[in-house]
Amino acid sequence: MHENSFSLWVYLSQSPLLWLTITLSVYAIADSVSLATHRHPLANPVLHSIWIIGAFLIMTGTSYTTYFSGAQFVHFLLGPATVALAVPLYDNRKRVIAAIVPMLISLVAGSITAIVSVVLFARAFDLPQAVILSLAPKSVTAGVAMGISESLHGDASLTAVSVVLTGIMGAMIVTPLMNRITVTDFRARGFAVGIAAHGIGTARAFQVDEVAGVFSGIAMGLNALVTSLLVPLAVTLLLH
Amino acid sequence: MIASLSLILLCQLAGEAIVRGLNLPMPGPVLGLTFLLLLLLTRDRYATLRRGPLHNDAIESTGRGLLAHLSLLFIPAGVGVVQKLDLVVEHGGGILLTLAASVVVTLLVTVATFLAVSRLLAKN
Repeated sequence: MHENSFSLWVYLSQSPLLWLTITLSVYAIADSVSLATHRHPLANPVLHSIWIIGAFLIMTGTSYTTYFSGAQFVHFLLGPATVALAVPLYDNRKRVIAAIVPMLISLVAGSITAIVSVVLFARAFDLPQAVILSLAPKSVTAGVAMGISESLHGDASLTAVSVVLTGIMGAMIVTPLMNRITVTDFRARGFAVGIAAHGIGTARAFQVDEVAGVFSGIAMGLNALVTSLLVPLAVTLLLH
Repeated sequence: MIASLSLILLCQLAGEAIVRGLNLPMPGPVLGLTFLLLLLLTRDRYATLRRGPLHNDAIESTGRGLLAHLSLLFIPAGVGVVQKLDLVVEHGGGILLTLAASVVVTLLVTVATFLAVSRLLAKN
């Protein structure tokens, strides 16, 4: 019996089915808890799904490669979902066109702040130069950030970690912070979280308000572009 | 549904190909987003385009379906990060505090700039 259940585990753990099922199930539970708490920032489904699945992998001694063989089907949808942002953007085009000037100006201000502030805080905390280079592009989407990091000879893995941590922090901080400073304009709130916390921030924005989601998606796209131009320049100016 | 998904993938494919080919500093899907947006806007102008996925809200509902659970899509990559937390722990709380402080400052500066510019324009 024990032999059989072990061989069954060996079989299942090597198949994509198990890991895809676990990814969807854990998320479904985390999302229903998030709904039950009226989308409370602390009940962020990304955060809780990640640590629960991560703990499960550690307990079962499963490698990330094995897990990803199943989870990759979900991961793949990130690209199509980015393209799909065109739909709410199209629906809200009048609002977006009306806000084009504040968007472009706050894009430049926010992009520069995201890079400069991380470099200055990192120096204040006495982090080594190699780490600072890896943290600099932390506010843009992972693929772009890792490319920037590599071009600076930073550590792409550390960049990926800092991108995800930044996204989760931004998604959790944005609602209480904006409520505290009494900002009720969801265009501005969404745009800010898109600049600071890329896709994970955008996912949070869509949970709260569609207009916030649209502005967050635009900010994320534009920020990827501006940051890849600014980071090398900023790093040259700030670190030499 | 299948036609709509095909159109979305086609936009992404075109975006990826152009970004790779011209070495553009942006993700392929972002360019794909631009293509889909242009398609939707041209459809409004030319009735001939109003067919298949660009008809009867087909592409719209597929797009909204994909975005309804955007959070889910970040989980596979996020789990990979949990495995690399030792890179962060190595530097004590320095990295975490740096990231948190930077996020707060970035949110505040961006939102303040957006609102200030909006108000200036509204005044004029």
